[in-house]
Amino acid sequence: MTHFYAWLGVFLIVVTSTAGDCLLARAMKQIGDLGDLRNKRGIVETVLRVLGTPSLMLGIAFMALSFFSLLFALSWGDVSMVGPASASLTFVANAFAAKLFLHEKVDRRRWTAAVCVAGGVFLLAG
Amino acid sequence: MTLGKYSVLLGIAAFGAIGDTLLARGMKAFGSVAPGQIVHLFSAVLNPWVFLGIFFLLAFMSAYLSALSWADLTYVLPATAFGYVFIALIARFFLHEHISPVRWLGIVLISAGVGFVAGGPESSSTKVHSKEEKPLRAAGIQS
Repeated sequence: MTHFYAWLGVFLIVVTSTAGDCLLARAMKQIGDLGDLRNKRGIVETVLRVLGTPSLMLGIAFMALSFFSLLFALSWGDVSMVGPASASLTFVANAFAAKLFLHEKVDRRRWTAAVCVAGGVFLLAG
Repeated sequence: MTLGKYSVLLGIAAFGAIGDTLLARGMKAFGSVAPGQIVHLFSAVLNPWVFLGIFFLLAFMSAYLSALSWADLTYVLPATAFGYVFIALIARFFLHEHISPVRWLGIVLISAGVGFVAGGPESSSTKVHSKEEKPLRAAGIQS
């Protein structure tokens, strides 16, 4: 059962952090290039605009959920399993989610990169 | 891609890595927190290492959001992974920790992944680019 809860935790981390990343990315695409915005409207208005975007706040809420899922997973499993497994699976899940929900053009170059990075993170963190 | 944009991506990797390292160091000094004393976690912020770590993670978040405003998620994420390489290299050359061959292989794989993405276009969003630009970018991918 311990194993089951640890992997449940990893699953929750992957789902919540992928949702969080996608929401943050969508929010920032809606707002547009921050550099341009700052040049036109100034730093204060740029910050207010970013903080006032609903999907950004939802994204941050999912990031918080992902953090608590990490704490949950770590209380059942070893950090040497939970860390690399959740980090590398999140990279692959993000590539799928970006293609599905953000309609990013994930070509062969980016798939290769996602798999390389996921494998590398697994080896490095393990 | 301008030099400024590359420095934002480098900032994501560096600030994230430094922030995580500082948090880890601070929490080691702070000690374990039992589930029943979760409120006790808030006083961890007063630890100077944790405080400095949070400062770096705020810098990481600003750089991350800024990058997402002009680049795809699948372009920015490998850059964040490069932070792991930073941590490993800091551990090797400043803390003189041993890095096993398996970890070196991990470093090579992440660097290869970052290289793959960095060579391509940073944004594929149809909202940002007009239709006329599409063939140009398609040609750019093959070059």
